[in-house]
Amino acid sequence: MGNILIVAELAEGKVRKGTLSAVTFARTAAAAIGGTFDILVIGQGAAGAAAGVTGFGAAKVLTAEISSCKGYVCEHFAPTVAEIAKGYSVVVATATGFGKDLIPRVAAKLDAGYAADISAVIPEGGALTYRRPMFAGNAYGIAKLTTPIQAVTVRQSEFTAAEPSGGSSPVETVAAQPPSAGADRIEFLSFDQVKSARPELTDARVIVSGGRGVKDKFESTLGPLADLMSAALGATRASCDAGFAPADLQVGQTGKIVAPDLYFAFGISGAIQHLAGMKGSKVIVAVNKDPEAPIFQVADYGLVGDLFTAVPELIAGIKAAR
Amino acid sequence: MKVLVPLKRVADPDNANKVKVTADGKKVETTGLEWKPNPFDEYAVETALRLTEDGTKPKTRAGEVVVVTFGPKECEITLRAMLATGADRAIRVEAEDDQLDGWLVARALKKLVEQEKPDLVLLGKQAVDGDTNQVGQILAELLGWPMATSAAMIKEDGEALLVGREVDGGVINLKVRLPAVVTVDLRIVAPASVYSKLTKADFKYNEGVRFAPLPAIMQAKKKPMAVLKLADLATDTALRIQYPRFEPPKGRAAGKKVKDVAELVDKLKNEAKVL
Repeated sequence: MGNILIVAELAEGKVRKGTLSAVTFARTAAAAIGGTFDILVIGQGAAGAAAGVTGFGAAKVLTAEISSCKGYVCEHFAPTVAEIAKGYSVVVATATGFGKDLIPRVAAKLDAGYAADISAVIPEGGALTYRRPMFAGNAYGIAKLTTPIQAVTVRQSEFTAAEPSGGSSPVETVAAQPPSAGADRIEFLSFDQVKSARPELTDARVIVSGGRGVKDKFESTLGPLADLMSAALGATRASCDAGFAPADLQVGQTGKIVAPDLYFAFGISGAIQHLAGMKGSKVIVAVNKDPEAPIFQVADYGLVGDLFTAVPELIAGIKAAR
Repeated sequence: MKVLVPLKRVADPDNANKVKVTADGKKVETTGLEWKPNPFDEYAVETALRLTEDGTKPKTRAGEVVVVTFGPKECEITLRAMLATGADRAIRVEAEDDQLDGWLVARALKKLVEQEKPDLVLLGKQAVDGDTNQVGQILAELLGWPMATSAAMIKEDGEALLVGREVDGGVINLKVRLPAVVTVDLRIVAPASVYSKLTKADFKYNEGVRFAPLPAIMQAKKKPMAVLKLADLATDTALRIQYPRFEPPKGRAAGKKVKDVAELVDKLKNEAKVL
């Protein structure tokens, strides 16, 4: 078969860490089909960011500068990705907001089948099949794509970020293609960034998450524990909808999918949609007043009680135990 | 504004843990689960209604909302429910679920859009059974239209829409001129997320989707329901993705209850070794 093209995601002039999950996928997939992988760094400031991914074993790092728009607009990125991807068997990105927006549109340009948000790649007789969660993670489909070029996004929590492998991939500049039809009808206005000193949910080793039970006391109650544990804050849909926590913190089937070493669930009942986003966590701790809450069915350690007394005790206990 | 809303029925997502992979791994059984509209598509219908009305006079439609689904006759129940909430007419494309993939739905929708000529195609960002998130993007490319996915805010602004997309780390604000494809995210049905040019900026909707009163449910039975054949809309019916087999998830055993915080700290430190 052929080779694999990774589409890297940029933020603030650097390749985002999430891209390294797609590198992990590409190493396995390339070995299985006897090919190599290249990394395409695309966006504003692509050339400057390329150095961040030359040490991961790519045959080449390609850079494409997109100057026809500000920020990320799919119609300005997809034509260039698709043009380059024509020479590959698989085009892959990590299933972030960026990958999930861009890759299906690239697939459409290439008439490529698309396996979304996969949890594993399984080589079968020189071809690739893809394991992907469906029904909020309550069933897994083993998918086969029937097209010569295949489009894939990989779930960040299931593909551990690749470690550098040494060496230095050669960097090549590629020309940007003109934007898609219809691009003249779309304009990037602004990016309202949620600034936080804490780690990103998808990168964090520890997550301190709260549900409706936390009410509007997210920062005052859970913030100190998050800081003590160098953790990210997470939230349920209910608490985001109620405005108790920013939407960006939502963990769940259609929010962030996370798998940290340690996940604290405070005042979270454990709706199916929330469990779908966190049940891959290594250790789950649940504190809830309701002993029947479904969260206890997935928690390694459950404490029935009031989170507002448990959290300060936990902070004191952890400080004393260290 | 004329809005086309493609929607899908799904097995009750609040009981998704009851789906079963058959012993031979060939199928995912949803027997015993009620069919529900895909929540994101239901939000798309609500969004379409908000975009075609003055929020204070929701019975008068400024434009047209057309709902379409692919599936067997029983899917008409889902379409009727959407007609009852205010959609004007419905189209069912006769098909069996296992004849379809997202790509084929997008190809058929392209043909339908050429026939119906909507200003806007609004749909959920993903269906919560397949969890794929692709039809809107593929459709936009096939049509050569601009798209905005995962919209959490839409405001009509002259002949354009201001759209706020929820992405990692914040919100991307776009201005999109019609015709266009927009897929919606959860918070699109918050009280101040969607405004037509008729609705005053200080108007607040009720949270969530609107419910149909009984008289509207009766009237919905008289609203037009067209039935098309899949072959009328798509000549290439080959699937781009196939599922030769399915697997159940690995179960996660429930752990233990601890009696107090002191025991919890002890377990985290000495047993789980995560402190």
